[in-house]
Amino acid sequence: MALKLETINIPHLPASLPVHVALYRNVQNSAFLRQQLLAGNAEFEYAFIDASLIAESFRKLGIADSTKDLLIVKVSVTPEITHDSVAAHLESSVEGTSVPFDDMTLSEISDITKIKKLYKLGALPSPAAKPDASQPHQDEARRRLELSMLGAIALRGS
Amino acid sequence: MADEYKPPALPSPFTNTTPAPTLLAQGAEAHLYKTVSLDPSIPAALKVRPSKPYRHPVLDRRLTRQRIIQEARCLVKLVREGVSVPAVLAMDWEGQGAEESAWGGAWLMMEWVEGPVVRVVLEQWEAWMKKNAASLDESQLQKEEDRVRGLMKRIGHTLGGLHKAGVVHGDLTTSNLMLRSPAQDTTDSPTGVSMEGEVVLIDFGLAGQSTQDEDRAVDLYVLERAIGSTHPRSEPSFEEVLHGYRESHKGTGSTLKRLEDVRMRGRKRSMIG
Repeated sequence: MALKLETINIPHLPASLPVHVALYRNVQNSAFLRQQLLAGNAEFEYAFIDASLIAESFRKLGIADSTKDLLIVKVSVTPEITHDSVAAHLESSVEGTSVPFDDMTLSEISDITKIKKLYKLGALPSPAAKPDASQPHQDEARRRLELSMLGAIALRGS
Repeated sequence: MADEYKPPALPSPFTNTTPAPTLLAQGAEAHLYKTVSLDPSIPAALKVRPSKPYRHPVLDRRLTRQRIIQEARCLVKLVREGVSVPAVLAMDWEGQGAEESAWGGAWLMMEWVEGPVVRVVLEQWEAWMKKNAASLDESQLQKEEDRVRGLMKRIGHTLGGLHKAGVVHGDLTTSNLMLRSPAQDTTDSPTGVSMEGEVVLIDFGLAGQSTQDEDRAVDLYVLERAIGSTHPRSEPSFEEVLHGYRESHKGTGSTLKRLEDVRMRGRKRSMIG
């Protein structure tokens, strides 16, 4: 099965620092992947921006033995890290179904209840599980939840 | 010859941004740029609070950090409460500088709001009316007045939502009110000036969290004075702001009563006694 690895140039980063993103569903070897992190295997780097929040972030957002859906983000910080090298590494490491990294797929995966709990947004109206053009207020609920979540992320640690 | 003005260097990572952010406005405290979010197809507003070289560095950092976080907290709270303000997309209160991790100031990236500010809308409308009102018949004049009153009422509703959420703006002028351009504009007016679109509150640089009648009344008073001085022809319609405000939620009565006191004495509280 073909790996759907997206390579993205972020407008605020130099062109020499592309970002590679892959999304997997139905991951079979989460326990193995998690073990690599715990063992400090340098081939499996898991980066968190704020060191003081690593433990909490990992518990809430990181990989668990039961993880089925996995989002992988890799920044090319050296020229040796290329689309092909990242693809090869993922193909040999992750056992799962590679799916497109896009809004449609993410909306199928996202767990609204969990998101609301994690970002303390319980009071907000819940959007429907699937986008529905005939329900414009559902779009509004989704928009409000997304923007509230972005705000909460931006303010983390303040 | 005076040197050509150069705005201060952008904070990291925006020195890398392609295309470079465009400077839109600069005030005493902040510079406003137009840029894009993580995806080049999503426009964003970038507010930078540059460091002040004349201030003590430690004090400068602390003040800048406090103020930008306060602004962001107000915006995030309002987005959660469903009040129409630009959402916060990203920020950095530590302000990694452009060169060698020098303190370059803090920044706040916000959702881009497409549309005019109410100041321009009212100015254009007033200019047209001044020149051409004589050519309108009575029903057309009535219709134009109703449009302005309708806009004022919507502004009042939005301010009611703001105050209900526990935030006061601190600097309400018609430059800090925008109309988000609607997908379809159905304006039918000889003036050619649209007043459609959702009212969006912007620039929360002086905002704070408060539920005091005094603070709320001062917000309303500052806007009343701003409209009176910038838009004389629209001033009589200001009462519609208060109507909209009164309708927006319960408990506005005590604020509106306080507004009368504030009008008597002006914005500043007496320092005597």
